[in-house]
Amino acid sequence: MTDWLSPDEWRAVVLSLRVSLWATLASLPLGVLVAHLLARRQFPGKQLLNGLVHLPLILPPVVTGYLLLLTFGRKGPVGGILDQWFGIVFAFRWTGAALAAAIMAFPLMVRAIRLAIEAVDPKLEQAAATLGASRPWVFATVTLPLILPGIIAGAILAFAKAMGEFGATITFVSNIPGQTQTLPSAIYAFLQVPGGETQAMRLVLVAIAVAMTALLLSEWVSRAVARRIAGQ
Amino acid sequence: MTLSVALSHRFAAFTLDLAFTAPPGVTALFGRSGSGKTTIVNAVAGILRPEHGKITLDGLTLLDTATGQTLPPHRRRIGYVFQDARLFPHLTVRQNLLYGRWFAPAGDGPGLARITELLGIAPLLSRRPGALSGGERQRVALGRAILSKPRLLLMDEPLAALDEERKAEILPYLERLRDEIGLPILYVSHSAAEVARLATTIVLLEDGRIAASGPAAEILSDPATAPIFGLREAGAILSARVEAQEGDGLTRLATPAGPLWLPRVLRPDGTPLRLRILAQDVMLALERPQGISALNVLPATISEIRIGEGPGALVRLQAGEAALLARITRRSAATLGLHKGQQVHAVLKAVSVAQENVGATAG
Repeated sequence: MTDWLSPDEWRAVVLSLRVSLWATLASLPLGVLVAHLLARRQFPGKQLLNGLVHLPLILPPVVTGYLLLLTFGRKGPVGGILDQWFGIVFAFRWTGAALAAAIMAFPLMVRAIRLAIEAVDPKLEQAAATLGASRPWVFATVTLPLILPGIIAGAILAFAKAMGEFGATITFVSNIPGQTQTLPSAIYAFLQVPGGETQAMRLVLVAIAVAMTALLLSEWVSRAVARRIAGQ
Repeated sequence: MTLSVALSHRFAAFTLDLAFTAPPGVTALFGRSGSGKTTIVNAVAGILRPEHGKITLDGLTLLDTATGQTLPPHRRRIGYVFQDARLFPHLTVRQNLLYGRWFAPAGDGPGLARITELLGIAPLLSRRPGALSGGERQRVALGRAILSKPRLLLMDEPLAALDEERKAEILPYLERLRDEIGLPILYVSHSAAEVARLATTIVLLEDGRIAASGPAAEILSDPATAPIFGLREAGAILSARVEAQEGDGLTRLATPAGPLWLPRVLRPDGTPLRLRILAQDVMLALERPQGISALNVLPATISEIRIGEGPGALVRLQAGEAALLARITRRSAATLGLHKGQQVHAVLKAVSVAQENVGATAG
């Protein structure tokens, strides 16, 4: 069943799944935190944070990728420190692809979670406080369960965006087969070669299948959670 | 338990500036909508921070803006029953009830079984809030607050969102709560009937200030406060005890004002009751009326007459140990030549009965 895709193609598919999964899971806690800050807290620089989070949505992806290269490259201010102190390298590695995908998907994730938090009645959180729950407990026992459908929706949206991320990824980590060649990069590479259309088409079908599965899954999970939370 | 509250807070429409002390029992904050009642309970709960204020509970400082001291809501251990029950929709009734238990100190206090039995919610335990009626929701909210083992219970118009039937369904539970659990309660209401039924102490609010405060029986029989309750709702309360069931279906009650007969109060002898006698249901006669169908006629002395702005007059009566309030016309007051210290007879046309707080009657 594996022979209808070449090993290189398979690697691209598996790499894309791995990159997207990591990008989603690793950024999820930060996404919830930022969404909570934006939805419920007032602090100086709130608009700046909001703008920063949404910037990748508006900037050309190639600009985001280039900025990532400047910052997280081995000679960059952050990338240099991470390399020297922790031995973590992002540039031209699959981890870099995950970082790029996470940053590109972050605005979508935060937006979905923020909307869910704003829909939670603060009166319920007040009630929990009068029953003895401190702020972290209120969040863990009331807010978090109530925003779970929003978190799931945000995560799936981010996963789908990460699967399709191309511009920032290819700029930041290039297009190395087996290392940084994700599904979109592979399709792009095939289309650059004469006679590569058939191979590209196979990967296009895979991309469509993955995207559809993710969408249906998210729909199903968030409905199940919403039913549970609606209190019936 | 003694709660002492002193607050001042400016709103766009009015200024709240008041101080009162709530002794053990049920203290009712009574006033029209917008008189500042909810602001007070929110400040006591710690949900709202007033501009200036000091709130202490049994010597424990909950808030003192002068020293900048404030205890966060979750450390105050004050139960709060909101007007809109605010049950957690993602938890079952049982999980809602036990929510506060996680954070409450270990030790005694009524358990889940006792509270569910007392509030009649045992059959609902596995349900979710979405599947409950308004009255059921409010009872669960009440149980949830009690089970968090609070030092004080706040109730902000817990019955206001319910229709008359649901109210009648919940009031007996509130009475049982007051009498059996003995938890001090600060009760916000704009219903004179509820206050007359539940309160041991009344604090009357008008436009953010205290118009009167004191023991319920005293405030309710005061002609000066009657306009705040509304003239139709004004009326005294009377502690009573079931004395005997008589052959013709009447129950004889002993009250500090003298014996009263009411139809079918089917409670065991000795049961303490609280009677409410509306001022408009009391007629006055100079001599003991003869040939009258009314059963309950109490000899009394006029202790105060307050002539109203309209055609009415309010008369406070001392009947034995108890105070009654009668609403008559100014013309009748003049025709009968009523004056302070005069001996009269009060003819009671109607009396409503509620369960009485045992502790309060004993005192």
